[in-house]
Amino acid sequence: MNGALQGARLATERGREGKLPAIAEFDSVGLRYGTGGEVLRDLDFRLTNGGFYFLTGPSGAGKTSLLKLLYLAQRPTRGRIRLFGEELSEAPRESLPPFRRRIGVVFQDFRLIHHLSAFDNIALPLRVAGATDEEVEGPVREMLAWVGLADRASARPPTLSGGEQQRVAIARAVINRPELLVADEPTGNVDAEMARRLLHLFTALNRLGTTVVVATHDVGLISATPSAEMIRLENGGVVDPTGLLRNPPPRHS
Amino acid sequence: MLGWLFSSAADRRLLGTSRFRGPMPWVIAIMSFSILIIAATGLALAGTAASLGEAIATRYSLEVPNGANDLGALLAALKASPGVDAVDAVPESEMRRTLERWLGPAAQSADLPVPALIDFDARPGTDLGAVERRVQAIAPAARIGAHRDRVAPLLRSMRALQWLAFGLVLLLGAAAASAVVLAARGALDTHRFTIEVMHGIGATDLQLTHLFQRKIAIDALVGSLAGAAAGAVVLLLLASGASFAGELTGGAALSAPALVVLVLLPFVLTALATWVARMAVLAALRETL
Repeated sequence: MNGALQGARLATERGREGKLPAIAEFDSVGLRYGTGGEVLRDLDFRLTNGGFYFLTGPSGAGKTSLLKLLYLAQRPTRGRIRLFGEELSEAPRESLPPFRRRIGVVFQDFRLIHHLSAFDNIALPLRVAGATDEEVEGPVREMLAWVGLADRASARPPTLSGGEQQRVAIARAVINRPELLVADEPTGNVDAEMARRLLHLFTALNRLGTTVVVATHDVGLISATPSAEMIRLENGGVVDPTGLLRNPPPRHS
Repeated sequence: MLGWLFSSAADRRLLGTSRFRGPMPWVIAIMSFSILIIAATGLALAGTAASLGEAIATRYSLEVPNGANDLGALLAALKASPGVDAVDAVPESEMRRTLERWLGPAAQSADLPVPALIDFDARPGTDLGAVERRVQAIAPAARIGAHRDRVAPLLRSMRALQWLAFGLVLLLGAAAASAVVLAARGALDTHRFTIEVMHGIGATDLQLTHLFQRKIAIDALVGSLAGAAAGAVVLLLLASGASFAGELTGGAALSAPALVVLVLLPFVLTALATWVARMAVLAALRETL
């Protein structure tokens, strides 16, 4: 979908609902794995387009499961999820790839393909979108420079440090300018200085219009981003005593 | 449609650069070798049966027990019959030599009643009843028999073997397809992580399938060509036997169309393997989100 059309649709939504346009809406969402109990229950919230969210909560609260729902790696077992204005809870799986291309994901364990170079790992989203080698070259070199790995383009992930792998993973997540960036414990494997730089990257992307959702335990990261909103998960449910997640206040940029 | 065959170097790197390490090229090579030999045997049998059938389609024998004395009159009667050509009498001396195998020196006795045997061609539409009546006027015990009736059991056996070869080719093709399915599943397991990552960043099933399809197609092509080459060597070594069989039936054992079929077999096997791999990979990917 081109930008103008999307802008028109978002404006229409804003007018119809009197709310900020939502990039994600969860409506009575529940998730269980197999025959086990629900790991997520009664999730009712919306993420506004262009927002910056921290997802927090104790271990086992369901943060990673919630992120999986967000980046379409999992379907809810009940309820509805709208992403980018489309109901995707029961959408045919063939229709999901175009939506996934609008989402960047930074995994806690990086999920880099070890037999590919840093360059090829970062180039993957562009190649999946159909870019040629010539079209890929410039943006990937630029991205490598942006994350400070210009001289490690041909290095394979096992030869990179944890921080370098993290930066490759982030570069891969953002190279196609996703509308939604989801990061799971992005500072879990890096030192304080790298964590600060990562946060700088995320806020920079957010200023460019990307909605950012970061699952983290890192209090330092959260306190360094006062403008971000919090989603706290406990026992599989969102704790939202003020109702701000359901009805977020107008954003002032 | 065949764009997947010409994927970029970057796409090819996704599944790693190792090739021909799995068992699939070897399995396909063995299948291709076996299929080629069996198909060649079946096609040679079919050719031989066709040549033999064609050669004897209009050939008949006139048999007269104890008719050696009437041989001249019978020959004259046959030659005078309309529609009858190529009349060849088996000489009495040859008949006696044949009988000698069973009777020993007694076969040369003048008291032995030696049958007359005359081979002839009858053009289609010839009234064989009239011919038989004419020779029976000379020798009432004369009987005309068609060569094709005598050779029919042999031809039936040859055709049964030909169908058996065809069935074996199908079975081997099915076995090769099963090996490809197993190889495709193995490849999917090996690259499960890559698939998850690719799916996660928006790759479609078709994009992923093309990667596997190409790799398996190349493995299958190399395996089937190698197997077919080995099969061709064996067939060439057997060529003297095949030409002997051809001489027996008066024609080539493997016709030009049969040779074309044999040349196409490895490519058909490759196409089958590629299609099966595609279906197997697509089916496996559909089980994921």
